[in-house]
Amino acid sequence: MRTVQLVDLAHARSGDKGDTANIGVIAYDPQDYPLLQEVLTVERVSEHFGSMVKGRVERFELPNLHALNFLLHGALDGGGTVSLMTDAQGKVFSTALLRMEIEVSESVAERVVGRGRVPADFGSALETG
Amino acid sequence: MIRVGSGQGFWGDDLDAPVRQVEGGKLDYLMMDYLAEVTMSIMQKQRVRDPSAGYARDFVPLMERILPRCVEDGVRVVTNAGGVNPTGCGEAVVEAARRAGVDGRARVGVVTGDDLMDRLDELLDAGHELRNMETDESLSAVRDRVQSANVYIGADPIVEALGRGANVVLTGRSTDTALTYAPMIHEFGWGREEVDRIAAGVIAGHINECGAQASGGNALIDWWTIPGMETVGFPVVEAQPDGTFVVTKHPGTGGRVTLGTVKEQLLYEMGDPSEYITPDVIADFTTIRLEEDGEDRIRVAGVTGRPRTEFLKVSIAYSDGWKAVGSLVYAWPDAAHKAREADRILRARLERLGLHFDAIRTELVGWSSTHGELVGEPPPDHPEVELRIGVRGKDREAVERFSREIAPLVLTGPPSVTGFAGGRPRVQEIMAFWPALIRREAVEPHLKTEILEV
Repeated sequence: MRTVQLVDLAHARSGDKGDTANIGVIAYDPQDYPLLQEVLTVERVSEHFGSMVKGRVERFELPNLHALNFLLHGALDGGGTVSLMTDAQGKVFSTALLRMEIEVSESVAERVVGRGRVPADFGSALETG
Repeated sequence: MIRVGSGQGFWGDDLDAPVRQVEGGKLDYLMMDYLAEVTMSIMQKQRVRDPSAGYARDFVPLMERILPRCVEDGVRVVTNAGGVNPTGCGEAVVEAARRAGVDGRARVGVVTGDDLMDRLDELLDAGHELRNMETDESLSAVRDRVQSANVYIGADPIVEALGRGANVVLTGRSTDTALTYAPMIHEFGWGREEVDRIAAGVIAGHINECGAQASGGNALIDWWTIPGMETVGFPVVEAQPDGTFVVTKHPGTGGRVTLGTVKEQLLYEMGDPSEYITPDVIADFTTIRLEEDGEDRIRVAGVTGRPRTEFLKVSIAYSDGWKAVGSLVYAWPDAAHKAREADRILRARLERLGLHFDAIRTELVGWSSTHGELVGEPPPDHPEVELRIGVRGKDREAVERFSREIAPLVLTGPPSVTGFAGGRPRVQEIMAFWPALIRREAVEPHLKTEILEV
């Protein structure tokens, strides 16, 4: 077994509704969707965010999009114009979830590591146009 | 088939995008979404100061720029740029249209009746309690502090305006998605019972309503490979009468439309995906089937819906105190230690001054302001952090006083501090939101569609 990060397996987008942030997590490869279903439980996601989320966590499945949607209640310090947070509208909450560490088999790790990150040669690619 | 293109995803979006949409390819409708919850209360404040204001002002010069081409090509504009003053916006657009030389060739449809501000007491007296959907409190608790109250309205008045020949349809708090699916209802004659088709229109609307966010903008998937973002093509929906549609963008524009970019937008601001409630239908996002249909083309099918509810959602903004946020930048070495010590000193001074707040929040920007406790403290050699401290409370004077306590830290606190050139933090009034439901029959008879001839 090897440890990878969720960022290797999934991309994500988040938004807000009042004091609730949502995170949509989408498997890069449909074959990894069952793994996300198994690992990203309500308990695991709640534990990951700790005191950053004051209320409960809800999870919804969208197998048609190979995606899960999470609602994090009480995550935005009141939300909207009430909040004192830089990320008052939860725009980048999704990226905080992608930090999560996940145990996968060697073969899965081999396949996914680096998928969600800018390649090492990106800078040089930019310079040479 | 009709093409409904997206031109603005929010008030302040790329002003050239609607021009690219109109000039860069075929289009039948151009939808533009200007409104977010906070936008309504900003517009309401502007209207209190100036009765002719209260709408997206930059929409008017935009119309002057693109309306001749729209009229020429038969592109009809549907937008909620009217804000809290659709009538004032409509009059200004008529003037702009005349200046642009389309006199006698264009009509502007104006939808009103979503604004409940003048009817609030009457509604409360008639037993509409407008209870907070989250806390169940009755609106009377904050009645005297209400700044704006608008109902999310559906497609009917837009469909009526299109039926009466409007080239531009202006609404107030129309539901974002309705700006896309109302043209479909108008063109295809979908009846209220055709819930699957209307639900498909809602999903097309959800894809269109945030502009380029469906076509490569803010896309996390492979973002470093997305080409031409400086002239990103906003999404175009090619809708069929049977409720299927293709998401694409004009040829030659930047950005990208793929399964990945469309999925990201579908999940944006999503609640329970099987129950996406709009004024006209409940759409089920778990039934969407996506497939690739060539380069920058995603086909959407399979969508189902359920009949609409008897209620409409009301967005109420009320004044709820004051806040201010200030910041200072600390440099290496030991930047975070310096920032933490400055934060401690500031809090102790506020305490000594006897100032109390509902909340004080400290963040280290450049380290943990977005990922918080997940990242711990920065290493001692972290080059710099911005200390960002905010307070909120009901007492405006206390918040004002806080705003004068940041600058002194430059000479009376830890060293290696800079970045105060911006001056004292601005004290802002907090607009809180009160989501509520209201029975349709209390609103629908008041909705009006007026046609202004240019």
